[in-house]
Amino acid sequence: MLEIKGLSKTFFAGTVNEVRALSAVDLQIEEGSFTAIIGTNGSGKSTLLNAIAGSFLPDQGRISVANEDITSWSEFRRAVLIGRVFQNPFAGTAADMSIAENIVMAMRRGLKRPLTTALNRKVKEEMAERVRTLKMGLEDRLDNPMGTLSGGQRQALTLLMATWLKPKLLLLDEHTAALDPKSAAKVAELTRQIIADDNLTAMMVTHSMQQAVELPDRVVMMHKGNIVEDYRHEQKKRLRIPDLLETFDRIQKRELFDETVADLLKKQYI
Amino acid sequence: MNLIIGAFTIGLILSLLSLGMLISFRMIRFTDITVDGSLTLGAAITAVLISSGWSPWLATTVAVAAGMLAGSVTGLLYTRFKIQEILSGILVMTALYSINLRIMGRSNIPLLDTKTVSAPAEQWLLSVNSGEASLFVAGWQVSVMDLSVLISSLIFCVLIGWLLLRFLLTHFGTVLRATGNNVQMVRAQGVNNNLMIVISLAISNGLVALSGAMLAQYQGFADVQMGIGMMVWGLASIIIGEALVGKTSLGVTIAGTVLGTILFRLLIAIALRWGLNPNDLKLVTAFFVFAALVAPQWFKSLHRKLSKSSNHA
Repeated sequence: MLEIKGLSKTFFAGTVNEVRALSAVDLQIEEGSFTAIIGTNGSGKSTLLNAIAGSFLPDQGRISVANEDITSWSEFRRAVLIGRVFQNPFAGTAADMSIAENIVMAMRRGLKRPLTTALNRKVKEEMAERVRTLKMGLEDRLDNPMGTLSGGQRQALTLLMATWLKPKLLLLDEHTAALDPKSAAKVAELTRQIIADDNLTAMMVTHSMQQAVELPDRVVMMHKGNIVEDYRHEQKKRLRIPDLLETFDRIQKRELFDETVADLLKKQYI
Repeated sequence: MNLIIGAFTIGLILSLLSLGMLISFRMIRFTDITVDGSLTLGAAITAVLISSGWSPWLATTVAVAAGMLAGSVTGLLYTRFKIQEILSGILVMTALYSINLRIMGRSNIPLLDTKTVSAPAEQWLLSVNSGEASLFVAGWQVSVMDLSVLISSLIFCVLIGWLLLRFLLTHFGTVLRATGNNVQMVRAQGVNNNLMIVISLAISNGLVALSGAMLAQYQGFADVQMGIGMMVWGLASIIIGEALVGKTSLGVTIAGTVLGTILFRLLIAIALRWGLNPNDLKLVTAFFVFAALVAPQWFKSLHRKLSKSSNHA
């Protein structure tokens, strides 16, 4: 479904702030799988997701989704294939417009926008039916402005909108990180449910070890722009939170060791 | 009475300008100063074409097309060449000043005894009024010509307002409105947000040029200076409209903008009648817009202060 080959990206190349965000990343994701990407801050996990979504163009490498090479596609063109939920619960919806107007835009994600009236009673009834599955009572508030909803409600609706037309690939960028614990749990549960019901292919960046262990069927760990661990199948099933923490520790110690040794060598030879 | 009819007519004509600016200012939130140039552009083209014998309808259509072109240029400067939005507008507005002079060949073109788009209304009124050139409305003597322009402007205004409302409620119009609200979201829904900005500015400036075309036909001349300060006038009208009726729905917003423009024109007509120096008009307008923009914040902080002091007591 998703195929990434030799993907590299360096930000601020040639300056003192140069950051090697992705270095020759290879990743393949099968249809119908749900992959979590974890890693420390600055490990490149969000960069990887944004590269797939098309927020920037990579320096090297290729990305293809559903056998389409999308490497040079603009961000908006990729929406035909990709549904997205952002970390900021306000990023995925238009606050000044009604819930119904927001959803009607998602009902034509990546398609032509004709000059026909967008909303009528029939469309709204269809909407209400699907919004009811969120069990938040929002189906009776379709005409309310999106801005009057809580972060959790908006994130749940963004998730519903991203999957309204079945995307080839669903990208979730720490989509529960900015929510209170209760809403985060609710949105996580909705995520699991929607992905299972529609048999979606999904990638989720997360900081929550619990989510990484419970929700997906594959966990990829990134560090300094590289994939350093890849738990799948049986290995993933046995995976527990302490295992992940231990791996984090090991990676960080190795890095610390590397740097200390480098410093020692510098002192001795320079 | 003539004062009121005049204010209403100009108000209705300029409400096309305000409706155009409603798209740029309120829908896609683009501070578009092209308006000052495209209003004159519409007037200039109409005046030149009508005085060289074109049908007023055709001339007006060409004016609208030219306005749309001017708007798209501003949009392209902003989206394609990444020039700041204000500067994009200023560049096009400045260029239009020379272009307008080129089109007109001189700084002022009179339009006397020529056919205008209000000719059908005038003929109808004359036939109803058995050929008399003036008639009585509620005891006041009004010339058929003035009344026919008023009727035509009203028809134009209602028609354009209705079309605009229908347009903004379509699938296309919905994403257009969202572009000003949340660009990230619009892109994630597969919409080319840059294209939306160019199209919005084209429609916006098309309406402004239409307003200029009607204004030239009503006033009986086109002048290269007539667009100066029009953006601030349009903004003032939009603000008055929002204060009048609020922003509860799109239809209300559009109606409010038209009402706001008319009320603003009436206020100006009254102020001039009371002896306001016409030279001070733009200063007063600018001050009014400043006050309207600052007042809400000021009231809010005042309210906070008051509630704070009452808590302490």
